[in-house]
Parts: sequence; structure tokens; C-alpha cells
Amino acid sequence: MQGFRNFADEFKRHKALFAMIAPAFILVLILQYLPMTGMVLAFKNYRYDQGVFGSAWNGIANFRYLFASGTGWLITRNTILYNLLNLITSQLLAVFIAIFITEINNMIFKKISQTVILLPYFISWVVVGVFVYSIFNYETGLINGLITKAGGDPVNFYGMPGAWPVIICLFNSWKWTGYNSVIYIAAIMGVDSAIHEAAAIDGANMFQRIRHITLPSIRPTLVTMILLQVGRILRGDFEMFYQIVGNNGQLYNATDVIDTYVFRSLLTNPDIGVTAAATFYQSVLCFAIIMIVNAIVKRIDADYALF
Amino acid sequence: MANDKDLAVSAPKKIKLSASSKTFYVICYVCVGLMALICLIPFILLISGSFTSEQWIRFHGYGLIPGEFSVEAYNIIFKTPQRIVRAYGVSIMITVIGTICGLFLTTLTAYVIARKDFKYRNWFSFFFYFTTLFNGGMVSTYIYYIQYLHLKDSYLALILPSMFNVFYLLIMRTFVAAIPDALIESAKLDGAGEWRIFFTIILPLLKSGLATIGLFLALGYWNDWYNAMLYMNTETKYPLQYMLYSIQQQTQALASIASQAGISVQNLPSSSLKLAMAVVATGPIVILYPFVQKYFVAGITIGSVKG
Repeated sequence: MQGFRNFADEFKRHKALFAMIAPAFILVLILQYLPMTGMVLAFKNYRYDQGVFGSAWNGIANFRYLFASGTGWLITRNTILYNLLNLITSQLLAVFIAIFITEINNMIFKKISQTVILLPYFISWVVVGVFVYSIFNYETGLINGLITKAGGDPVNFYGMPGAWPVIICLFNSWKWTGYNSVIYIAAIMGVDSAIHEAAAIDGANMFQRIRHITLPSIRPTLVTMILLQVGRILRGDFEMFYQIVGNNGQLYNATDVIDTYVFRSLLTNPDIGVTAAATFYQSVLCFAIIMIVNAIVKRIDADYALF
Repeated sequence: MANDKDLAVSAPKKIKLSASSKTFYVICYVCVGLMALICLIPFILLISGSFTSEQWIRFHGYGLIPGEFSVEAYNIIFKTPQRIVRAYGVSIMITVIGTICGLFLTTLTAYVIARKDFKYRNWFSFFFYFTTLFNGGMVSTYIYYIQYLHLKDSYLALILPSMFNVFYLLIMRTFVAAIPDALIESAKLDGAGEWRIFFTIILPLLKSGLATIGLFLALGYWNDWYNAMLYMNTETKYPLQYMLYSIQQQTQALASIASQAGISVQNLPSSSLKLAMAVVATGPIVILYPFVQKYFVAGITIGSVKG
């Protein structure tokens, strides 16, 4: 009762503010929150004519099917491994590039290279897919062209599952290194230059300055970035996987992540319940992971926690 | 320990150290230059391939310089430009409408949750932030959008889902927070209403914030193909990136069908056509990019600081 009175008072006092926030509130409510109720599909035998709520319950049969068929484990493993691989490579590369760029004195070189390295961020994944195809395809790809010119036999990358973790990792780094390095450069530049000067006067060489001033300055940023990525460890970057790999059945074992599996099933598999089970499992586990990790980080050092 | 050692550096050692710093500088330039080159190579390949004759590509593959210069692919595109002009039109429409609406929503919302005298600001912030931690997943969202919101084949399906983004909200809140409260207070004392304060005092002070978020939104809309793939059926309603994707798929399919059937596909310059389409679809972004880069860098930097 008290709470309602408070709300009514606040509403009367700030009618205009409530009106201002209403559009976004309603939009997010309709587009984000209401679909959450559709998650019950994971426990149902969905039929279009009966709708989400009219369809019959079938307990955990969908989950059982998903994991009994082996698909559930496979796509979970792939999603986690790809995310770990991409997390390590792209962040490490971004840290290195950021340190190198900040040490460069030639302003023109610095500016141009920074511009070029950030360029891939602006390109849609569709175009990245075109890049991958024109580099790796069997008949006309750049690499096979070079191999045949050197007298070798062309390689069918699209039939070689082992090559794709490398290719995906490469293009993930290609797309995100610029973006991530901007963040690290900002952290490095945030250090007062007087500290660097003082260190230089005290006789610290370049490596010591990097080791004791630059690296500590990016640590909070690095921790935040890792936390954000860990919170998404079960979410595959659908756009990347779909555009780079496409619907190539030969590569599913090596490249299928939860999101690509869900998308494909959504369009081809009439058994929506099993697909819904996969997304349910993904959403819930992701949420649990981010909450647990954040709680642990909070306990160790509250400054590093996300929320 | 390391520091004790440094203090004891003797003169000849110092020279050696500066030599190693010099090596480090060289490494900086080489690594950054190399990374920039790697970022650039796919673009060079794309442009070169689009200007290479079909014959050459078929025998030698794509190269970084056109083996045999030809504008055949561009001739074909510009001879029957209806399709691409149409897709450009769709992309421009959804980008303009989506960006304007999105900016309006984001700014209003950011202003309200930045108002310290608004009691429910934390509640609303959490309401929005929660969607980044947990969501209904692809299946329930897809079914909900189609069965209950009837977004199938509607332009709204291209506009609504990307209109409001929590990441942009947090960036915009940082911009709003930089405006002193006293400004709002004094306007209130002068008798200005909330809406008037927002439009005549807040908005004009948010120019760089509006530019930053506007560009992020516009880039998102321009590069979107995912929503089109999920929701659009009619080809004339395809935005540019999805049209590019569907053409890539078609020519690939066409070439494989033709070669399987033993039909010569000599007359269709599909290999260069694909790349030329990608050039036409990406060109505007790459040309505009250097002029707007600083806004993106500012946005990425602000976004990386946890709110």
C-alpha cells in the first residue's frame, strides 16, 4: 500500500518523465519481455494452430531428445570452444596492437594504420562471407590460385572441417581487433603522461614502463571485456558463423554452434519444441553463468564486477 | 628485485638497452603495419576481383591485382540496376526511419534515467539492462513476432528489433550526465515544462551524443541482413545486404547447377559479378567511414566504461 502511494506521488510529480520513458518501456516490454513467455515452448509439443499457450505439455521430452541425439553436447562444446578461442586470440591481439600503436610516434602512420585496422568493424558479415569465399573457394579462391601457380594441388577447404576453427578465429580477430584496440588505447591514454615521464627520469626503460605502467592501466578494461565475453560463452556469433560457413553439411561437426543449429532447425525442423529447448537451455545457462561469475568477481574485488 | 637491477645499469648496458628499445620500435611499426595490411587485403582482393575478366578468374583465380582488366561485371549491374536501386531504397528508408526513431527513444530514455530526482530511475535502468543478461532466445522471439505481432514480411520487422539498444542507452546516458543539473533547475525556476526543457536545453547540448549514437544506429540498420532473412519473403522488400547475400547464394547455386548439368556458364560472369555487387553495396560505407570515424571511436571508448 505504502509502495503504491509512493509510486502515485512520484507519478503525479513526474508525469512528463514517465511519458518520456514510456515509448522505450513499451517497446522493450513488447519486443523483449513478452517473447520470454514463449520459452514455455521448450516444455511443449508446439502446434502452430494451437499457438504457444494452447499446445500440449510434454515435460522434459524435448531436452531429452536434444541431448540423447548427441546434438546438444556437440553444439554446446563447439560454442564454448569457439568462444574461448576467439576471446583469447582477439583480446590478446587487441592488447598488443593497442600497446604498439600508442608507442608509435609518427602521427601519420599512426592515424592511417588505426583507421585501416578499425575498417573491418564497419563491414557487414555478408561482405565478410564474400571475402572468405573469394579467398578459400576451390575453383577460384586466392589461396588455391597461389597453390596451383606454385605447382601444387588445390585444397578443398570447404570439405576440410579441421581448417575452419582457424579460419573462423582469423576472421573474428580480423573484424574485432580494431574495435577492441580502440578500447585498450583509451585505457592506456588515460594514464597521466607525467607518470611516464617520471618513470623515464627514474631510469625506467621502455619495457619497464610497459610492464609497470601500461599493462596495469589496461587491467580493469581487460577484466571487464573478459567478463562480458564469459557472460556470452554459450552464445555463438550467429552472423559470423552463418556467413563464413553457410549451410555446409560437411562442416557441421566442426562449426555448428547453438545459434546456427537453432536457426537451421527453426526453418527446416517441424519439431519446434526441441529447438526451443536448445534456446531455453542456452538462455538460462548463460544467465546463471554471468550471475555466478559476477558474484565471484565481486567477492574478490568489487571494483571489477559488472553490476 | 627487477628494480634493484635497473638502478645498477652501467653505461655500456644503457646503450644496449636503447638498442633494444629501437628494436622494439621497429617491432611496433612492423606489427601495426602488418595488421593494417591484413585488414586491407580482403578489400583489395574484392576490388581487384570485381575488375577482372571472367576468363582470367576462371583460369587463374582471384588475385590482388586484376590479371586482365574488365568492367564487364559493372556493366551488367548498371545495365539492369532496378534491383539494386530498389534494395538501396529499402536500406535507406529503414536506416533513416530507424535511426531517427531510435535516436529519439534513446535520448528521451537516457535523459529520464539520468535525472537524479527521478525516484524510479534505477528501476527503469534495471528493466532495460536485464534484457542484456537474459532473453527469450531466437525461437520464442521468432514465433512471437510472427504469430502474435504479425511482423512477417513487414518493414516493421526490419525497423523495430534494432531500434532500441541498451548499449547505446548507456553511452547516451554518459553524454546526458555531462550536462550540469543546475541548467535544468534554473530552467524549471523560469517555469519551463519538462518537454520544453528537453527540447530546448538538453537536445541542443547533446549534438555529439546524437551524432555518435545516430551513426551506430545507422551502421546497424545499413548492415542488417539477419532480420531480413528471418522475416522478409518478398524479394522487392529486401534491404541491400540481404539482397547481396541472396545474389551470392543464387550465383553459387547457378554455377554449380550449370556445371553439374554440363552447361557452359561462360557467358555469366558470376565470379566477378559477385564481387562487384559487394563493392557496390559496401562502397558508401567505406567512403563515408574516414569522416565519421571519430564519432565511432568516441562511442566505443565511452561504451567500454561501465555505467
